[in-house]
Amino acid sequence: MAETSLSQSQAQAGQAPERSLRDRIAGKLYRSEALRGYLLMSPTMIILTIGIIIPFFILVMISMWTRDGFGFDTTLTLANYFEAAEKPIYGALMQRSFWISGLATFFTVLLCYPMAYYVAFHVHKNKMMWIILMTLPFWTSYLLRVFAWKVILGFEGVINSGFMSLGWIEAPMEFLLYSQTAVVITLAHAWAAFAILPLYVSLEKIDKSLLEAATDLGDGPVARFFRITLPLSMPGVIAASFLIFIPTTGDYITPALVGGPDAMMIGNLVQLQFGPMNNWPMGGALSIALMLWICAIALVFLFLTRKAQEKLT
Amino acid sequence: MSDMGTYIKRPNRALQFYALIFLIVLYVPVLFIPMFSFNDSIYVRFPLEGFTLQWYVELWAREPVWAALFNSVKVGAVVSIISTGRGGVAARAITRDRVPGRAAIVTFIMMPLVIPGIIFGVALLVLMSQLGVPLSLYTVGLGHLIVCMPFAVATLLPRFEGFDASLEEASADLGENGWWTFWRVTFPVVFPGVVASLLLTFTISFDEFIMAFFLTGTDPTLPMYIWGQLRFPQEFPSVLALSSLILFVSFILVFIAQYIGRMGLDDEKNLA
Amino acid sequence: MTSSDAFISIQSVNKYFGSFQAIDDVSMDIGQGEFFSLLGSSGCGKTTLLRMLAGFESTSTGEIFIDGHPMSDVPPHFRPVNMVFQSYAIFPHLNVRDNIAYGLRKQKLPKSERDAMVDEMLELIALPGYGNRKANELSGGQRQRIALARALILKPKVLLLDEPLGALDKQLREQMQLELRALQRQVGITFVFVTHDQEEALTLSDRIAVMSGGKVLQVDTPAGLYETPTSREVASFIGNMNFFRGTVRRNGASAGAVEAEGLGTIPVPIDQLTKPDGAPVQVALRPEKFSLSGDQPTADLAVEGRLSNTAYLGERSHYYIKVPGKEDPIAVSSTNFDRVSGGSSQDDAPVWLSWSPDSVVILDAD
Repeated sequence: MAETSLSQSQAQAGQAPERSLRDRIAGKLYRSEALRGYLLMSPTMIILTIGIIIPFFILVMISMWTRDGFGFDTTLTLANYFEAAEKPIYGALMQRSFWISGLATFFTVLLCYPMAYYVAFHVHKNKMMWIILMTLPFWTSYLLRVFAWKVILGFEGVINSGFMSLGWIEAPMEFLLYSQTAVVITLAHAWAAFAILPLYVSLEKIDKSLLEAATDLGDGPVARFFRITLPLSMPGVIAASFLIFIPTTGDYITPALVGGPDAMMIGNLVQLQFGPMNNWPMGGALSIALMLWICAIALVFLFLTRKAQEKLT
Repeated sequence: MSDMGTYIKRPNRALQFYALIFLIVLYVPVLFIPMFSFNDSIYVRFPLEGFTLQWYVELWAREPVWAALFNSVKVGAVVSIISTGRGGVAARAITRDRVPGRAAIVTFIMMPLVIPGIIFGVALLVLMSQLGVPLSLYTVGLGHLIVCMPFAVATLLPRFEGFDASLEEASADLGENGWWTFWRVTFPVVFPGVVASLLLTFTISFDEFIMAFFLTGTDPTLPMYIWGQLRFPQEFPSVLALSSLILFVSFILVFIAQYIGRMGLDDEKNLA
Repeated sequence: MTSSDAFISIQSVNKYFGSFQAIDDVSMDIGQGEFFSLLGSSGCGKTTLLRMLAGFESTSTGEIFIDGHPMSDVPPHFRPVNMVFQSYAIFPHLNVRDNIAYGLRKQKLPKSERDAMVDEMLELIALPGYGNRKANELSGGQRQRIALARALILKPKVLLLDEPLGALDKQLREQMQLELRALQRQVGITFVFVTHDQEEALTLSDRIAVMSGGKVLQVDTPAGLYETPTSREVASFIGNMNFFRGTVRRNGASAGAVEAEGLGTIPVPIDQLTKPDGAPVQVALRPEKFSLSGDQPTADLAVEGRLSNTAYLGERSHYYIKVPGKEDPIAVSSTNFDRVSGGSSQDDAPVWLSWSPDSVVILDAD
């Protein structure tokens, strides 16, 4: 064990080597692993506090204020929440948001599952390349990908002008853009690259020897899929569903660019409250309400899937 | 895995076809943007009018584009460094240290993945206004930091999981304190993950719009600039050109990030 | 050995992980230059104790002294010990030379001197010329030697080894055992060696501490542990042992006797008997302490039984003899006796067992 020559001679003289103050503090830190851990994580904890914890508290607080001219009346009240519950527009928009997100989630998971299955089970060389290709689009600008769909679905957009110039249709199809369908399609496309990851991971984890055992016991490929593969990949399906559903409920970019008035979602309303309508407390209340609803739906979903799993096993 | 029964590994033509179509459908919509950015027309429609580089050339002269680009790069660089650093610490804590409450810390870090971005955006906006902090690139940076940290953690986690804990202990045993151990052993081993995380978080911050929308002050980031331009239909082609450039750069950065990030890891550990 | 001249002194150490007690009031002294082993099955606390010596775990209570200095506030990088890890912990991004020289950085030696020391080490571990190879590409045995060299180059006062031979195959392990022993003799450093393999511990060590459930059961030389274990646990952990329930019949001034199941009342060395008349005890006899013959032997101490099972092992066989009064058969290890004393080795053949009173060990009853 290397020591400086000074401390070596001290050691020979029978004393413990003199250590600097810094080393002695380090010694004390050494004894408490928890203290070391906290010190290391403290900047992170500061960031989290400033960036997440405090803002949430303030958001809850502001949701209980009311607008007073250009300022706030800071008496705590649940008036905003009551208004959100009573006025039909809020409930309607909330419901519509969940409906659109739900549809998008459903289709995305449905369409991504076979792709994830393919890469997990049928790709043997260059798996990494496939994974990268599958997920690459997600890391690029969300705004641009939504914009791409605006371009495609527009009145004079890619599909319409393309089909027209091919002679397939006479007049542009108006329903493509500015509809709930447009939003669902765009959302599904934009989030596909993200959803595919949890699906892939849980499919990849399945022990292939289980499938071999099932075959050995008499199952054909379809039975194998429904009895082994699908149930074992359920965690991935659930994870993917959450990963798509939750963020998309609050999306405002997609409805703004491709949704039109028919597809306005709760996110747009929140954005308006913080923007031109200048009713921050209301916006806060809507945000908190959205979060609470998401929690509720998530819990119900988890409960249902657990029940379904229990019934199957 | 390579000696599984052939009856399971028979190539499935239908699935192969599906996979191919899937990839095409995934990429083609985005590829329309570059396609029309070279189109000699201010209308984004078929039939194509002719090849031109005018929209790109015109971008070059636009002062606001450069300013917004510079802003995005500044924010992206800072955010990527901080989020990678903090994410690395968190990834290490997840896999290693026994700090009480670390599960809670990790949960908080990962929250942006499961809570709509708009909620973070407005919450931060409210906080900043209550504190009297003016909106600026700093506030945008804070928002991006919150959004990027989960991805930094997710990128670095596989590196630390595969990291033999006794390597650091061996270094300490041989005489190095925490600081030296980090630079001589920990950092070199997780280095590919660090590079990947830097590139990934930079790109995410560079492209990020949701938080930026609420937290931008007078200096717009590039996505904010684009959003502003979208109001003017005659600006569409320039927007397309700019978007194409951004897409191109993003794709390359992320590709490199993913490639390096997965280098030297087992396939099983190739998660996110 | 007294605490004052012990090189390593562990005094009343306890270690808790949350509510789980991993080390229970452990004290032991290790002398300078000893090859000392910590032996026990997994979970007994031996690795935890080793890590406390290295400094990777702190003690909950109690104190550890190395060369007279208390170690409680001393982090691992300041301790005069070095460790060879179970996984070897070879740095994957450095080559062999840089691995071995890793700890020399703090000494700020000129490059030529450093290189000379590394070369010397490479010679010592019989890997000359391997300096520039990528450490990761070497075999398990080679990496283990590099881990050794990396630790020894720093001339530690104590070398800690955490089951270093566990991952090697049998032949390589036996070879490495001999090399380690020779190495230790050569450099004269105190080795503290953790293993679960009792044969390994017996082969290598000057003294062994047998541990179980966080406690130290016995600290003794290999022969001492084998011939005079102090508890049933130690007795059965090391080698094979026959146990006979018994009662003390006579604890007189010059001789003692115990009535043991299946053996009758047998004389017992007086220094073995610590219990009074009538107290329950266990009689322990190693399988090889019995002699077998087909006819009644002339010795006084003998019992007759029936051969119930045989295991042939080449140079010797294990015989299992059932005697009346004892439920389990007695295990006897002997060179193939039917060539020696003309008995029959067929099952159920009558057979006589004899032994000497000095080979009896008396243990406390369970």
